[in-house]
Amino acid sequence: MSAEATLHDATGHAHDGHDHHDPPFWKKYIFSTDHKVIGIQYGFTALVFMAVGFFLMMVMRWSIAYPDRPVPFLADLPWFQSWLDADGKVTGELYNMFGAMHGTIMIFLGVVPLAFGAFGNYVTPLQIGAPDMAFPRLNMASYWCFFLGGVLMFVSFFLPSGAAKAGWTNYSPLATTTDLGYANQFWTGQTQWLFAMALLITSSLLGAVNFIATIINLRAKGMTWMRLPFFVWAMLVTGFLLLLAFPPLEVAAIMQIMDRLVGTSFFVPTGLNVAGQPFDVAGGGSPLLYQHLFWFLGHPEVYVLILPAFAIVAEIIPCNTRRPLWGYKVMVYAAMVLGFLSFIVWAHHMYLTGMGTSVSTFFQTTTVLISVPSVILITSLLISLWGGSIRFNSAMLFATAFIPMFGIGGLTGLPLAFNNLVLHLHDTYYVIGHFHYVVAPGTIFALFAGIYHWFPKHTGRMMSEKLGQLHFWPSLIFMNGIFLPMFFQGMAGFHRRAFDGGAAYQQISSQLFMPGDSVFGGIFNFLFGRAAGQDILMIDLNLIMSASAWLLALAQIPFVINLFISVFNGKKVTSDNPWDATTLEWATPTPPPHGNFLTEPVTYRTAYEYSVPGADEDFLPQFVPDKETGAPEPAKVAAKH
Amino acid sequence: MNFDSINDALWMTEVASEHGAAGNHMLAVLHWFMGALAVGWGLFLVYILWRFRAKKQPKAQYHGVTSHFSTHLEIGVVIVEVVLLLGFAYPLWAKRVDDMPKDDPNVLRIRAVGEQFRWTFHYAGADKMVGLTDPFRISAATNAIGLVSEDPNAKDDFITINDLVIPKGRPVIIQVTSKDVIHGLALVPMFIQQDAVPGREIPMWFVPTKTGEWDIVCAQLCGAGHAQMAATLRVVEAEEFDQWYASQTPMLPKE
Repeated sequence: MSAEATLHDATGHAHDGHDHHDPPFWKKYIFSTDHKVIGIQYGFTALVFMAVGFFLMMVMRWSIAYPDRPVPFLADLPWFQSWLDADGKVTGELYNMFGAMHGTIMIFLGVVPLAFGAFGNYVTPLQIGAPDMAFPRLNMASYWCFFLGGVLMFVSFFLPSGAAKAGWTNYSPLATTTDLGYANQFWTGQTQWLFAMALLITSSLLGAVNFIATIINLRAKGMTWMRLPFFVWAMLVTGFLLLLAFPPLEVAAIMQIMDRLVGTSFFVPTGLNVAGQPFDVAGGGSPLLYQHLFWFLGHPEVYVLILPAFAIVAEIIPCNTRRPLWGYKVMVYAAMVLGFLSFIVWAHHMYLTGMGTSVSTFFQTTTVLISVPSVILITSLLISLWGGSIRFNSAMLFATAFIPMFGIGGLTGLPLAFNNLVLHLHDTYYVIGHFHYVVAPGTIFALFAGIYHWFPKHTGRMMSEKLGQLHFWPSLIFMNGIFLPMFFQGMAGFHRRAFDGGAAYQQISSQLFMPGDSVFGGIFNFLFGRAAGQDILMIDLNLIMSASAWLLALAQIPFVINLFISVFNGKKVTSDNPWDATTLEWATPTPPPHGNFLTEPVTYRTAYEYSVPGADEDFLPQFVPDKETGAPEPAKVAAKH
Repeated sequence: MNFDSINDALWMTEVASEHGAAGNHMLAVLHWFMGALAVGWGLFLVYILWRFRAKKQPKAQYHGVTSHFSTHLEIGVVIVEVVLLLGFAYPLWAKRVDDMPKDDPNVLRIRAVGEQFRWTFHYAGADKMVGLTDPFRISAATNAIGLVSEDPNAKDDFITINDLVIPKGRPVIIQVTSKDVIHGLALVPMFIQQDAVPGREIPMWFVPTKTGEWDIVCAQLCGAGHAQMAATLRVVEAEEFDQWYASQTPMLPKE
């Protein structure tokens, strides 16, 4: 295999193309049907939205840490002032709005589009040796539905009512009764949230059918099911989750729109009395119906967030340990079981809605069962490291950190599986800590790893390792600084969604964390400029978490610099396969042209043949024929594995 | 050192109810289990990262781990989970819902009605029978909970606002509901909370074991005032409670 030759060929080819056959700019980069361009569009849009979601969170964390002080900087900005109270402080209403939108944006406009839309779109066709997705125009429609949904969400902040403020779960009746005072009910944040969600779900559905069709039909010659990289398997399962789980929420959104706009009452019970007045509805609806519809999406959604993370990490670990993925087949089956079980655990989000023993027994059992495939996946990744020759580049650092971070998120989910323990932990910071460990230092670390890993394929340049390290270590520290104290606060009885960080619940918030004369107390009081010897109360942990959140924002600066500088000034790759990886995307020219492969790719072996005994090199790419590898009897080795 | 102290080390709040002690114990079992897994996996990870770094291990092994340790570990995890389900989770939850002391003459019955942003507690009064309510009779000024005046059981019912008073050592059944949006009645030291869903009355029960005064937290987002929907839980000695109970005035005016 001569990587240089391919690279040379590609460069020459691309230059020819530029002058003669290229479609106009808007068709090539804006309304493109090329899965790679769409992937980058998804990725860029999602990163912008994640920055917005992060910003909302930083304002919220100010309010939690210092509820009685005006917000710095923002209180002086005219456009922001109108949201704050007269003293420039965050109000309960603004906090709820930012909280609802932080969750919505991070999940539906940040992580899912980046994980599934960007990485899935960019990598999947390349890894299966396809020229594009099965339905390129559907793919484009999917992106533009997502984009429109995002714009609607964003615009809703600037409506007279502001954006939605009934939590990211948007439970009725709160979601139905909020903002009813505005004359134009169509243009309220609550209503627009629903329209935007309908668009986002439509986008996901278009994407999901496309992924499923592509993976089933467009695999290259020789790419049998068990030769698929784990990444592709995870995307296939994710595709089915999106396809089957999202429609119920789309239905729920439409029903809630009708409750708000045309006077139906699907989710509103008889006899509601709001602000001392009987609420004028037909009645007869059920708030719990909405919760069922929402969580029927909501729980598979969790696996839509986590499976692509496993997918990315499972590509990076074999490549950087130089040995095969351990337990590939078991991981594939585990992912399928995980996907199936994720449809029958949803009511564990509703343990406190009045469940009898039989329903509770069912959901406790399925919830505990789902930990089995999760443990298999994470253990396989961990064991994959054993016996490797580990190369700690930026991608590998993030991928490695994913394992313990997801581990903490997974383990702390265990108590939450039990109805009896949820009596204490329900809606406390313990829950917030649990799911943020899964998604923030879990999935988002995996996404960072993916960016560092595939950046050279797309740009032909490497990202800076130094800046990568500078990004990783502070991110790891501050992520834990934000989320670890949440478990302690949760145990102490702190509940979520309090804009004052729990200050109104004095007896709970004033429990002792550490005496002021302890070592921790001394350091704490010094760092936060407090009187020496002052005791550290549970509520004071908010200061650590908030400071960590702001420092985490600073820790992203090296990443942003790295991303933009490396596009133009990064070290050029000297091969189409700079990491010496084995999967098909590294067989394409750099960057892959429209249509991806110069010649139709053929797959000769399983996906992770690293350090095969007797081979010339420590990696046997899927796309190199047996006779060129130097391995004595490679076919046998592959079969045995 | 007692077994449950692992929870205290994690800043578990004070637990002051009968079933809370059992719940706290189950949580301790889980935390020991989680701790063992976290420490074991963590040390294993650190060892691997040190042992198999490229500098020390320039050539990777194709086969890696060949033992079945991970399978055994997985089976071990499953066994612990089965024990947790059969030994703790199912029976403890059954006790919450199936063994509710509905017919115990000693039981204290209260309704908790959430609204933006306060709690109204509706006591049964001298006859120990909670009167009928009807949401269409709610009047902010005269009938905060919509009591049906024709119902004889309603005559002696009284209410308190944001002040839940209960006796130590007696079982309490609280019917939790809401007038407007979903709230959550969280009695943190009682190790219990319940969503307050409008249109439904969902019971929860517990037996307080300590006297004291604590915050009642609203556990479900209910609007702009959610964070400050604070109420007070007072657990008092039985005699003190009886005196307090007898001294309350019925909500409905005498005819």
